[in-house]
Amino acid sequence: MSRFDARFAWRRAVNGLALLLASLSALIGLFFLGWILWTTISKGGAAFGWSLFSHATAPPGDPGGLANALVGSVILCSLAVLWATPLGIAAGTYLAEYAHASKRGELIRFVNDILLSAPSIVLGLFVYALVVRPMQSFSMFAGVLALGLIVLPVVVRTTDEMLRLVPTQMREAALSLGIPQWKVTTGVLYRAARSGITTGVLLGLARITGETAPLIFTNTNNQYWSFDPMAPMANLPMVIYEYAKSPFEDWQQLAWAGALLITLFVLLVSISARWLMSGHRGQHE
Amino acid sequence: MSETRETLLSADALNLTDTLLERRAGRDHRIDALFRMMVAAAAAMVLLLLLGAVLVMWQGGLAAFGAQGWDFISKDFWDPANEVFHGLAPIFGTLVTAAIAVLIAAPLSLGVAVFLTELAPSWLRRPLAIAIELLAGIPSIIYGMWGLFVLVPLLGEHVYPWLGENASRLPLIGSWFAGVPIGIGLLTAGLVLAIMILPFIASVMREVFLTVPAPLKESAYALGSTTWEVVWDIVLPYTRSAVVGGILLGLGRALGETMAVTFVIGNANRLGALLEPGTSISATIANEFAEAFADSHRSALLGLGFLLFVVSFVVLGLARVLRARLNRQGGQR
Repeated sequence: MSRFDARFAWRRAVNGLALLLASLSALIGLFFLGWILWTTISKGGAAFGWSLFSHATAPPGDPGGLANALVGSVILCSLAVLWATPLGIAAGTYLAEYAHASKRGELIRFVNDILLSAPSIVLGLFVYALVVRPMQSFSMFAGVLALGLIVLPVVVRTTDEMLRLVPTQMREAALSLGIPQWKVTTGVLYRAARSGITTGVLLGLARITGETAPLIFTNTNNQYWSFDPMAPMANLPMVIYEYAKSPFEDWQQLAWAGALLITLFVLLVSISARWLMSGHRGQHE
Repeated sequence: MSETRETLLSADALNLTDTLLERRAGRDHRIDALFRMMVAAAAAMVLLLLLGAVLVMWQGGLAAFGAQGWDFISKDFWDPANEVFHGLAPIFGTLVTAAIAVLIAAPLSLGVAVFLTELAPSWLRRPLAIAIELLAGIPSIIYGMWGLFVLVPLLGEHVYPWLGENASRLPLIGSWFAGVPIGIGLLTAGLVLAIMILPFIASVMREVFLTVPAPLKESAYALGSTTWEVVWDIVLPYTRSAVVGGILLGLGRALGETMAVTFVIGNANRLGALLEPGTSISATIANEFAEAFADSHRSALLGLGFLLFVVSFVVLGLARVLRARLNRQGGQR
């Protein structure tokens, strides 16, 4: 009897200790993540003001804002999403509809997964060697290309997954009416998977909003306003990178304000992506 | 409709609709083939991109590999002015910071995932899981800035001096903590990386834990298992390969991360102790590339990029294989 009691007490003690450690690690994790968020909000909030949006970046000491960087980032990210989305949806369609379980499909899925988690700096180097070196100049065009390469695998994967979630009966019903397959795909399947695919695009956008590494040697940065696709364009991540490393107090404050803007935007996009997905699920269940 | 039927009565009209239909079927067939070709071409692009990236970087690094030989990865001396590029220091820095990050983040993530799936009150589970997933999406440059402005002063003033004084007397690993502690260095980079990959690994683990069939766990509980025994003897064996895959995904992130590292690692291209400034492959590339005007220098950086890509490729490929195994095994062990 006492042997069982001792064994039971031991098991309870191990259980208690393990659960305590698990709760502690959850606390530690949340503590640090909360700390980072808090630092961003308090330091960024302190530097917040309308001048951020009304002034372009300026030399240290002069009143400056982030207007050109904000506009530049919006342009860079939109164009990147714009070229990567159709290509990604097409590739995802091939995987889900034409190469569903084939060896070829598996290979492309594998490669896409590698691209999905490949270091972004490597993709930047690739674009550098491919575009910047032959053209002899950093350019917004190269930056858009590099950012798009990060969006692409996200869209491919979500399109593939979302199309495969569409019930087979829907395809069969449409095909049995004599509708050609391309029309079934574009008119029926895309419509059924629309919110899922949109989620993928939003997730891709969230990924590139704060992406800095691939811009360092493709687009670089520009202190001034520029809309020339063959010249560098100002953008938020690079401004943050340069300003945060600078010794000037006002530049560092601007960097924190930019960091806060990016964090808020990324959180907003991720939350709407999540909301879109939950709405989609609710419709079907 | 009825009009069509009436016209169908005449033989001529019948032939006409037949050819019309045929033409239409032919057109549909052609568009179908075209559509198929287009999406197949897009998929081939994905394949080409990866091949292209590997080839371009291999070709770019070729000059450096040829000029430096094995010294490129085995010796520690980086001197762009004299065109000597021996890259052991960045390679060492990448491996060490990623190792520190995973050693810290993996057990913590396991704890977080267990907390989120077994321990937390049920009303708290979903909001917490969502919060952690959202935090996993915060751009890495924010982690880097936080490291530079908050963590570095803290460690440099309070923690590292103590570590340097006490840990450097330890046998065997004492020399790891030698040097003048100023707050930036390999250990700081490893810590920032650990905080960065923690929510990522935890989210993956949580998702994987949720795939364990409830009857399996309930059976164990019914036999009198404690919560920890269910986690250790039921959940973990069932999900083992996917959990390791998740950790490897985190490792892959830590290996290639640039922005979180470059702010806090010190960017000193030499081999050093953990508390001293060092560098990593990605930090070296980020710092030197824009100022590298000599072809040999650029080639050396592209060569480092190639090495980084190969290492991440192996780690990520392994991660994917391990995670896929969970789906296949489906609980029949």
